[in-house]
Amino acid sequence: MTAEAIPDYPFTRATALEPPAELAELREQCPVAHVRLPSGDVAGLVTRYEDARAVISDPRFSRNLAREGAARMSTTKDGGLFSRRRMGSENISEGEGHLRWRRLLSRWFTVRRMEVWRPRIQAMADDLVDGLVAKGSPANLSAGLGLPLPVRVICALVGAPSEDQDKFAHWSSTMLTLTRNTQEEVDQAYEDFNAYVSDLIDRNRANPGDDLLSELTQITDSEDGRLSHAELIATVRGLLLAGHETTSNMIAIMMAMVLAERERFEAVIDDPELIQGTVEEVLRMDSTLSAIGVPRFITEDVELSGVTVPAGTTLIPSAPSANRDPRKFPEPERFDPRRQANQHLTFGAGPHFCIGQPLARMELQVVLGTLAQRLPSLRLRDTPDDLKLRTGGISGGLQDVWVTW
Amino acid sequence: MKVIADQDLCCASGMCVMTADQVFDQREEDGVVVVLDEAPPPAQHEAVRAAAAGCPASAIRVVE
Repeated sequence: MTAEAIPDYPFTRATALEPPAELAELREQCPVAHVRLPSGDVAGLVTRYEDARAVISDPRFSRNLAREGAARMSTTKDGGLFSRRRMGSENISEGEGHLRWRRLLSRWFTVRRMEVWRPRIQAMADDLVDGLVAKGSPANLSAGLGLPLPVRVICALVGAPSEDQDKFAHWSSTMLTLTRNTQEEVDQAYEDFNAYVSDLIDRNRANPGDDLLSELTQITDSEDGRLSHAELIATVRGLLLAGHETTSNMIAIMMAMVLAERERFEAVIDDPELIQGTVEEVLRMDSTLSAIGVPRFITEDVELSGVTVPAGTTLIPSAPSANRDPRKFPEPERFDPRRQANQHLTFGAGPHFCIGQPLARMELQVVLGTLAQRLPSLRLRDTPDDLKLRTGGISGGLQDVWVTW
Repeated sequence: MKVIADQDLCCASGMCVMTADQVFDQREEDGVVVVLDEAPPPAQHEAVRAAAAGCPASAIRVVE
């Protein structure tokens, strides 16, 4: 780390789709670099692949930034999502408790279960594309497909009504604030979201179905210590938040990235076999979805690229930088849908690897395949340089992406 | 080739199943990895190596 002036993070950038120039510079010259967060606190930004992967996947390192001495991310008094102490998350966030909790959920996200979902997701995507076509060109792809598809999917899986998508979107956006909301707004969002989920659980208990919520409610009601009521609420809240916020942004980012360099889209039209590899390259090369990254609190000294990082440091592994590290990816700046061994860190790694990853991948593949097949003349309405970042939150992405056909 | 999977490390991503479904499966109850064939035939070796390299939890080991 250097003793020079500490740069503000997240870094600014010239255009929405290009990563900030600082990432490549730091990766070569200062692989663990001090950065100043919106809260004013300082953390270490980790920019090389092997270092970032080691930090993300090390079970000793904590995701809980409520610990004494950990950096706060956001401008709210509580320091933001990763620093909040919220009822229900104490015993399921780390270690053995986290592993047991995860095992309760992971049966819903197996490859076999996901294949059952594929035709349903395809039908939902077709229905939404029908809506876009009926309204005609140009269309706001974010509002017409990006947001509603993941909301419908996660609501069907969890067992929640998708008509309430505007509520989830508002609460999630507020909970994910970096700079845009006040503490009072955050507290209100939690109160409202918890009350909503609690009510949902009661309604579901009276009329159970073949969904995740019904199963988890039964587990909670058995009172055998596997999942408390507060943990059930935190779990459902987390799934609704994560299940739509990230995937909805990524759908819009994906289409912006493939239409900004239109030969990427044309390649998929010519050869649908490239859908999967195109989605993986979009995931690898995106630098907008996560504005900050997912930080870790370092509980023991650790050596990264020859630098000893002392215990008590908050580290931010940068997936956008790690995913373009030439030590790991040959020709990292080249978009290559045929790339082999594309082990990007966009879903993380280790015990906290994104549990919804198979669902997100499937939704992205279905959207890309459906648009390539049904709207092959699709283009961005504006030039790529006109695309604007969503700012002010931990979760970034792009503002409305408009398309024509 | 011998394939060893650490079920305690496994994060149930299912990526090994997508890469080499002749050799890996997931437990019905929690999605944790199950090795179907601990000594897979040579035709499977490349897929198994890819599954081990691609495991997000580094839970698969291959002894050659």
